[in-house]
Amino acid sequence: MTQRITKWPGVELSAADLNEGKVTQTRFRPNAKYAWSAGEAMSRFLAELQNGRLIARTCRSCKRILFPPRMFCEVCFRPTDEWTYIQDTGTIETFSISYLDTDAKRIPDPILVGVVSLDGASPKMGMMHYFGDMTKDEIRIGMRVKAVWKPWEERRGSVLDIRHFGPLRKDAK
Amino acid sequence: MRVGIIGVGMTAFRPSTPEYSWKELMFEAASRAYADAGVDPRTEVDSFVTCAEDYYEGFGIFDEFTPDQLGGALRPVCTVTGDGLQGLANAFMQIQTGLIDIAVVEAHSKASDILTLEGIIEHGLDPIWNKPLGGHPFLIAGLEADAFVRKTRTSVKAFAAVVAKNRTNALRNPLAAYAAKVDAEQVLSSAERFAPLRALDIAAPADGGVVLVLASEAAARRRHANPVWIRGIGWASDSPTLETRDWTQAAYAQLAAEMAYRLAKVRRPATEIDFAEVDDRFSYKELQHLEAVGLAKKGEAGRTVLKGGYDPGGALPVNVAGGSLGCGNVFEATGLHRAAEVALQLRGDAGSHQIDGVRVGVAQSWRYIPSATGAVAVLGVGQ
Ligand SMILES: [Zn+2]
Repeated sequence: MTQRITKWPGVELSAADLNEGKVTQTRFRPNAKYAWSAGEAMSRFLAELQNGRLIARTCRSCKRILFPPRMFCEVCFRPTDEWTYIQDTGTIETFSISYLDTDAKRIPDPILVGVVSLDGASPKMGMMHYFGDMTKDEIRIGMRVKAVWKPWEERRGSVLDIRHFGPLRKDAK
Repeated sequence: MRVGIIGVGMTAFRPSTPEYSWKELMFEAASRAYADAGVDPRTEVDSFVTCAEDYYEGFGIFDEFTPDQLGGALRPVCTVTGDGLQGLANAFMQIQTGLIDIAVVEAHSKASDILTLEGIIEHGLDPIWNKPLGGHPFLIAGLEADAFVRKTRTSVKAFAAVVAKNRTNALRNPLAAYAAKVDAEQVLSSAERFAPLRALDIAAPADGGVVLVLASEAAARRRHANPVWIRGIGWASDSPTLETRDWTQAAYAQLAAEMAYRLAKVRRPATEIDFAEVDDRFSYKELQHLEAVGLAKKGEAGRTVLKGGYDPGGALPVNVAGGSLGCGNVFEATGLHRAAEVALQLRGDAGSHQIDGVRVGVAQSWRYIPSATGAVAVLGVGQ
């Protein structure tokens, strides 16, 4: 319907009008900086990422292996019990294909994003991450994947120490 | 229907807590509260209320991050963007509806996660009127303290007496972050900050968590709990505009107190209230708030503190646990901390800072700079 309107009422503003100060405006950039204490569970989790390992916590009460690790079980409301390593392989639970970046600009090669349930953790526990080494036509729910780690010297103790999850090949370890 | 506090949980207040994430801090406070109340949050709590402001936390939609560490996953949870006493009022009303038997209120501070605390507080100023001036946000406290001094003829020595009292009181509170034997002379010779306020007139930030468990009278009976009753609660906001405020008094606290007293049927607060926990995040605030909530005549609070009237052994003990000057500024948890302290005193569980024979106490909160918002709760034991 708007296609039929050739002239809108009022005065159109362009970015140039704003930049040239033709519009009354006030600007404020908040000085908002934070450094969150990762705490007991996340500190160990991030340190282990740097080692190329994924670590979880166990809850003896509900018998779950909680990943990402936490010092309390949200189901049982009790402290968790022990650290345990899990595998860096898993299964795609859900995925989406992002054709837009965070600025809503079109991405030439769409980004594959999704959630992986990791082997060794309780069901429906894993990581949200990127997928790589596969096309948007190959990716599917239920697909088996494995973490592709950055080289040791590039790891920073961040979830980005994993570059992405790629297809788990039968011959891969 | 009466509503009572049946569980109190607090972490220690510390200048920083690098060993804990804010989630782990909340879990500790909640675990203590549930143990105190003898309730299982997964099966016996009907509603969870947290109090938080996203800019203090450093990320958006903070309420989404609260259920797990409170035992509230898959349960009714909501967040009040306000001080802990406003959250207490919310939970109080939820129980009054009859839909909720047991409710939990949580508030915390992880101020040590904020690298630019002044910047965050400055961000609360009006973007067109005040931000372009670029002054330190604590100037607002200086403006108000100056107006209070002139209007009530209060001496700055009274401000120093508040600091000395509260820092010293904190020595008897093992949870306090800034307990110290500070005397008035030390306060009056500390560095000038925002005249008439000096460095020691300003409460330093702290981390800490507070959780209260509330129950309806029927639910409390069933559990054989011995509740501290919320006899009355109220809240109010003044105009946020700095240019049209009455700088000489805390109108928000007066209106909140009138609402709480009406509900609690308190007619003469000065004679019916045994002790008070009021916001003292700038020293003069304790005096201004005591006058606003009717526990001191206008202009009298400064003279009374100089005579020791608000000491633990005085006629009206005020901030016996150390206040924010002694415990640290825990931001949105400040009011809930005050309610927790009043509840512990009324139960006789305040440990080495217990005062004898108290039956009715007042907790008062303010939402800090630049707000003119506050709340008041009247708590009591027995019939
Ligand atoms: Zn469990």
